Amino acid sequence: MAQSSIDSTGASRGTLKSYTIGFILSVLLTAVAFWVVMSGDFTYSIALTAIFGVAVTQILVHLYYFLHLDFSSASRWNLLAMIFAVLIMFLFVGGSLWIMYSLNSRMM
Amino acid sequence: MTSESSNHAVSIETFAQDETIANQSLGFWLYLMSDLVIFAAIFATYVVLSHNYADGPTGKELFHLPYVFTETMLLLFSSAACGMAILAVHANKKERVMFWLAVTFLLGLGFVGMEIREFSHMILEGNGPQRSGFLSAFFTLVGTHGLHVTSGLIWMAIMMGQIITKDLTASVQSRLLRLSMFWHFLDIVWVAVFTIVYLMGVL
Repeated sequence: MAQSSIDSTGASRGTLKSYTIGFILSVLLTAVAFWVVMSGDFTYSIALTAIFGVAVTQILVHLYYFLHLDFSSASRWNLLAMIFAVLIMFLFVGGSLWIMYSLNSRMM
Repeated sequence: MTSESSNHAVSIETFAQDETIANQSLGFWLYLMSDLVIFAAIFATYVVLSHNYADGPTGKELFHLPYVFTETMLLLFSSAACGMAILAVHANKKERVMFWLAVTFLLGLGFVGMEIREFSHMILEGNGPQRSGFLSAFFTLVGTHGLHVTSGLIWMAIMMGQIITKDLTASVQSRLLRLSMFWHFLDIVWVAVFTIVYLMGVL
């Protein structure tokens, strides 16, 4: 009775291995992102692309290894809710930037 | 026969309990997603205002990347320690849960402490939120994240109290699971913060 294996959503199915892999990958990705900016060896557009690529990768690493979100049926609703939230985020951020920048250029 | 039927009853009970925990986790996940939408609105505000310096200091002059890197590492180590605490919850090891929660708490406290130090430094030099649109948006975004971490710390302290007074009961375990979801979620938001605010600000 004591050991009910909680096998469903969220932060539940972690193993020592998954946390270790996630942690090491996160440390490496964070170090790469800071190094790209602090070294100053890269042009603006390359550095920008690099830090965004690294950030998206790190977010996926966190979701998979720390929050155990994947395509399994156990986390289907979590995934759907997140996809919806991401859609709303794109509307918010993308829409705001679009409006404000075109407003800026019309005012010039 | 008796033992068989009682086993059956136990497995139904366990199943019902797992179902409840799964439902509660999903409900909490929906809260996290709505919180993400709040952060999206604040991020949008920040990006729109991020170049409105009003002749005040820019990100390049204000941000010290090694300091931010240390903050990031504190939060990341704290997230990993929280994972260790959850593994200990699954193993039903009370002392180990308490140990890793304490490590998580101290690392999180270090993060908040560094952030408060950074904020007070900036405000004392006259670069508070009222200085420019950029700084208003900066303090709103980073401060909102910091407030979330602080409430996570309060929650964690309460949970440590509950482990001591109530032991690792099923409901305490399920609360700890949701606390760990909250904590990992805050680390994800921080990845966006250090990329968009600090790295892009210095770039």
